[in-house]
Amino acid sequence: MIQIDSLHKNFGKNQVLSNLDLEIHGGGIFAVLGPNGSGKTTLIKSILGMVVPNKGSITVLDKRIKKNWKYRQEIDYLPQIANFPGNLRVKELIRMIKDLRQKESKELELIKLFGLEPYLDKKLGTLSGGTKQKVNIVLTFMFDSPLIILDEPTTGLDPASLIKLKQLILQEKNRGKTILITTHIMQFVEEMADEIVYLLEGNIYFKGSVEQLMTKTKQTDFEHAIAAISTQTADA
Amino acid sequence: MPLRLYQHKQLMLKILKYSFYDLMRSRWSYVYFLFYLALGFVLLFLNNDLSKAVITLMNVIIVLVPLISTIFGVMYFYNSKEFTELLLAQPLKRSSIFLGQYLGVASSLTMSLIFGLGIPFVLYGLFRSDTIWDFSLLLITGAFLTLIFTALAFNIALSNENKIKGFGYAVLLWLFLAVIYDGLFLLSLIVFEDYPLDSYSLVATMFNPIDLSRTLILLKLDISALLGYTGAVFKSFFGTNLGLLVSIAMLLIWTILPIWRLAYKSKRKDF
Repeated sequence: MIQIDSLHKNFGKNQVLSNLDLEIHGGGIFAVLGPNGSGKTTLIKSILGMVVPNKGSITVLDKRIKKNWKYRQEIDYLPQIANFPGNLRVKELIRMIKDLRQKESKELELIKLFGLEPYLDKKLGTLSGGTKQKVNIVLTFMFDSPLIILDEPTTGLDPASLIKLKQLILQEKNRGKTILITTHIMQFVEEMADEIVYLLEGNIYFKGSVEQLMTKTKQTDFEHAIAAISTQTADA
Repeated sequence: MPLRLYQHKQLMLKILKYSFYDLMRSRWSYVYFLFYLALGFVLLFLNNDLSKAVITLMNVIIVLVPLISTIFGVMYFYNSKEFTELLLAQPLKRSSIFLGQYLGVASSLTMSLIFGLGIPFVLYGLFRSDTIWDFSLLLITGAFLTLIFTALAFNIALSNENKIKGFGYAVLLWLFLAVIYDGLFLLSLIVFEDYPLDSYSLVATMFNPIDLSRTLILLKLDISALLGYTGAVFKSFFGTNLGLLVSIAMLLIWTILPIWRLAYKSKRKDF
């Protein structure tokens, strides 16, 4: 699904990703974790082609992404902060994205699921953070793409919507999709993730299941296991 | 047309359409349009003479169009940051996104200019007058200046993450080309007056789109008194018709270069 070989990225003098290799085969939920500034967002943006790597190669669905843009047709991406053009209405935004992608979409179902009907004629600038995030989720899940990338999907959601989101993610997983998630909510990871990719200082420090992580760090609690990684490396 | 190129063009036109609609909803497009409309009516009623009005308009357009295009271009680029980020994750080529947005801004500004000035002049009886060609050339030059300065503004905004800096550079660029450049040019003519300066002043004019536009319009109007030194050199060097062609060609180059840089730089930027 995704193959990354010796990826380098620096912003000025700041080395963000250094010689990163990652291979993700199809199917399942992959949680990309790591402390602030470890390169999670840069990694995701590199896969999406928003950040141009200095060295290395990325292949998505057997296509080299360099100088390519059509592969994004196969990716649904939920950006971290739901920033939308403020003077556009929700309905217009959905129509516009549909027009740009020219793919079959199931937005009506999702609008109903998240109870967005009353907001369809409202301008995006007037929506609350949580409602914007729901619009964001609708835009991401309305297409049927094999790869889904979610950057902090839980931001601003109320408990009821969070449950709906989880169901939605599991539903997509059961249809054989690959889902990449970054989040700081460990409970969410423990509940959802099949595999963890832990980034540290621009490289992959750990890749494996939740159980493997607990064995490796000799912890019984997941949150402590994640915390243990950072302390272990600080001691070393 | 190859399929890839066709798709690229289709998607760019879609972005253009959405940017254009977005701007058509903005109050500023109407303010700009109404300003030209008012200017056109006032000039015609005060002057009561089409060809004099054209000269006054030229002086206004040559300074004002670059200023408004620069400021509008920078403002739009920074304000549509969210929109751009949304588009970057979609299956779109980067050049479609930025060229589409650029053309959206430039075309809405050009339309405000053409309709704002066109309506009063047509009502006044432009079509029955022989100044129609002078007037058309004025609008063409105005359109060129809009395209050039919006493109320059987009380039500045693309290269500067910091809004205040970008805005500052853009205003400085306008100030330099509209005011300071002429001052420096005149100064250099005085300092080097003992040397032959014909080819120097030709080249100096070509390096400034505002001077180039002024020369172009004055050549067409054929008013020697207003032509000035550079205009006179232009005329004696190329003759009126060749002079017109050469200056239009230069304006085209001035348009294409920044658009090309915009496409080139946008491909290599991180978002």
